[in-house]
Amino acid sequence: MSERATSTGKAGMNLTLKIWRQNGSSDRGRMVTYEVKDVSPDMSFLEMLDVLNERLTLEGDDPVAFDHDCREGICGMCGMVINGVAHGEQRATTTCQLHMRHFEDGATVTIEPWRAAPFPVVKDLVVDRSAFDRIIQAGGFISVPAGSAPDAHAVPVPKDDADAAFDAATCIGCGACVAACPNGSASLFTAAKITHLGLLPQGQPERASRAKAMVEQMDAEGFGGCTNTGECTAVCPKGIPLDAIARMNADYLKTASK
Amino acid sequence: MTLSWTVGEPIKDTKAPSGPIEERWDTRRFQAKLVNPANKRKLTVIVVGTGLAGGSAAATLGELGYKVKSFCYQDSPRRAHSIAAQGGINAAKNYRGDGDSIHRLFYDTVKGGDFRARESNVYRLAQVSVNIIDQAVAQGVPFAREYGGLLDTRSFGGAQVSRTFYARGQTGQQLLLGAYQALERQIAAGTVEMNTRHEMLELVVSDGRARGIVVRDLVTGEVETHLADAVVLATGGYGNVFFLSTNAKGCNTTAIWRAHRKGAMFANPCYTQIHPTCIPVSGEYQSKLTLMSESLRNDGRVWVPLRKGDDRVPADIPEDERDYYLERIYPAFGNLVPRDIASRAAKNVCDEGRGVGPGGLGVYLDFADAIARLGRGAVEKKYGNLFEMYERITGENPYETPMRIYPAVHYTMGGLWVDYDLQSTIPGLFVIGEANFSDHGANRLGASALMQGLADGYFVLPTTLGDYLAGAGGFGEVDEAEVAQAQAAVQEKIDRLLAVNGTRTADSYHRELGRLMWDYCGMERTDASLRKALERIPELREEFWNNVKVPGDDEGLNQALERAGRVADFFDLAELMCLDALHRTESCGGHFRAESQDADGEALRDDEHFAYVGAWEWSPEGPILHKEELEYEYVKMTQRSYK
Repeated sequence: MSERATSTGKAGMNLTLKIWRQNGSSDRGRMVTYEVKDVSPDMSFLEMLDVLNERLTLEGDDPVAFDHDCREGICGMCGMVINGVAHGEQRATTTCQLHMRHFEDGATVTIEPWRAAPFPVVKDLVVDRSAFDRIIQAGGFISVPAGSAPDAHAVPVPKDDADAAFDAATCIGCGACVAACPNGSASLFTAAKITHLGLLPQGQPERASRAKAMVEQMDAEGFGGCTNTGECTAVCPKGIPLDAIARMNADYLKTASK
Repeated sequence: MTLSWTVGEPIKDTKAPSGPIEERWDTRRFQAKLVNPANKRKLTVIVVGTGLAGGSAAATLGELGYKVKSFCYQDSPRRAHSIAAQGGINAAKNYRGDGDSIHRLFYDTVKGGDFRARESNVYRLAQVSVNIIDQAVAQGVPFAREYGGLLDTRSFGGAQVSRTFYARGQTGQQLLLGAYQALERQIAAGTVEMNTRHEMLELVVSDGRARGIVVRDLVTGEVETHLADAVVLATGGYGNVFFLSTNAKGCNTTAIWRAHRKGAMFANPCYTQIHPTCIPVSGEYQSKLTLMSESLRNDGRVWVPLRKGDDRVPADIPEDERDYYLERIYPAFGNLVPRDIASRAAKNVCDEGRGVGPGGLGVYLDFADAIARLGRGAVEKKYGNLFEMYERITGENPYETPMRIYPAVHYTMGGLWVDYDLQSTIPGLFVIGEANFSDHGANRLGASALMQGLADGYFVLPTTLGDYLAGAGGFGEVDEAEVAQAQAAVQEKIDRLLAVNGTRTADSYHRELGRLMWDYCGMERTDASLRKALERIPELREEFWNNVKVPGDDEGLNQALERAGRVADFFDLAELMCLDALHRTESCGGHFRAESQDADGEALRDDEHFAYVGAWEWSPEGPILHKEELEYEYVKMTQRSYK
């Protein structure tokens, strides 16, 4: 809505994009090169792709498919491997919150989908993450039908526990942890939910069965095991800490030894 | 040519019981017929949308034993845009002992809505609010707590009591995940069948009742029909008619608009909430706007340069050349005036040429005083994540230079008309959450959207829907001709969009429509601006249908096709919004008609002529207005004043 394009005063950039194109899950897929000109540093990464897609559409080409929705870093729908790093090199940032001012004029940028066998490619950069929903279905909840709850103050929760539970609960389910892991493990995602619910008094009755069911579902989906490389937490946009995984293992072992 | 419209018969809610307002919901629950558990298993309910309203409704109906089919366009029900709500959720718990009560929350909501909401509904909302907090805590929602282990609350959006429960700046996320987890539990239990990446494109009405929906499987491209005994729409608001809004990119009006075209009345479409504290537009490529929580106004001071066209950096503008206009105009409330007032004041100073940043469409929100008073650490503790988000988007550090903010479309109070049972004018079609015209009147209070979505989904709908299903005693077979017709209409629209093969993208039309709506039906509306919009929208729509370019085909994932279909419906909705705004010559809440203001430039209601809900019926000859008169027995109508 304005004449002026940038607030930082940096001029438009020219970039070479190498984007993974794959027409459906059975297609082999390939990298395709696109030149984009006059990219404003104030654009978000996805806005840069919007501009490319507008051009491709008018030129009669197939626009690049990518998932996105809220574009404010919370819905967890967007996610691309940018220059080899899930969500790009800027820490604690989803793809939609990454801005072009972090790129250099003339740079080449590679863009790929999450790559993991349990996340099959739907098209281009869009993958199927329904395995995550099935892990939650296995036990990522507290069983409390609507209307059955006691007064909210019936059970006090120590502030430290509530805060630590919150930290784990901020997981947005984007799948970057899986994409970054050399083993394709979903441990950080699964552990975040086990930690969130396991730290609260309300989560205790189902704590053991939850950990067991969720870990088994994670394995059944074909995600790899955790070898503590820590790549997951490094790319996590919400900074879910690695010690959540230790907690998950402890809860799981307790059930296994019974 | 202006769309012609007529006035039809008045409309009335017949479901709210009479008697003392405190007893109405109890009475209604007792009157509501029950469905025997064995019969619930035989009844199918479709729920479209998986946000706070739809997610909680689908989960609860599953718990009750109904066969539920849930639909969302995203890849997982957890993505729905309720997830982005930051501030908090109101509840009349009175845990602070600061004088709050169900009656006070009811009163504040009716007054905040500028006396354009139904008293019975709002009272019930305030009653149910306390159950929501209990439910969420039991689910493991990690609300903020005090050191004693009890829940923390804060005061929000100008409320004088501290009734807002919150989970840092991510309350919506935590509440949605609670509902999502309850929903996933029901999916595992086999009571809910989840259909992700499916978009509803048509409603199936048979024998006068809503009996199903036509959807497109966004992955395979297949057009499918799903039938049921009742349909629940929980598809959110239509703020994206403005293209730029704080809504998620996928939010759209298609589900409710198709239902409107099939006979559901659309109430108060012109009531739009503009949120005062959003990050301003930075360029033509802008795809959405990001909200900065309203809580920032607790410590930030809003100002613009005193002098027009002053382009010095903020640090170089001395104190006496700054205009802290909210503090100047509203000395009692200062920077904490309600959303609509803060938004309009920002627009006014920018219209005077005193706006800052790109295009002069911004005002400063300055934390220098707060940092000096409280220390940087304290400010960081309170607002750290918001400051970080701001810096990520703008590249500017708000600890050192004031934030720039500007109003943006945030919420739509209008929606499909529903009665006290949340049933639309089509029997068997229920509408919950932001998608209905709701309990917020002409203006929603902060932290009340989460409350309403969850009240509808967890507590109200599961009771009232049972009454409908129990009363029917079997609806019979769905008319096959109706199904065929609905499915054909969907396919015909898809084919038509793909066939145009013009020279402009759907997004470029959407942008133009959005700009037009913002300019002519945005923060300030006039008779002339609305007439202009009503002239321009049909022209633009015609151009769209003759010149849009939708690439690809209808087989498989085609995101451009999805967007084009949504834009097509936004055109029709935009027209009705402008018409509603044109006919309502008063100002109220989020609807400001420049012709109706007092000597101080404040919104002036016209209760004598407009104390009604404007419910529009679609007809081929033009919209028909049905008025639902609003009566206030418990709250005396007054003119809002925040001076």
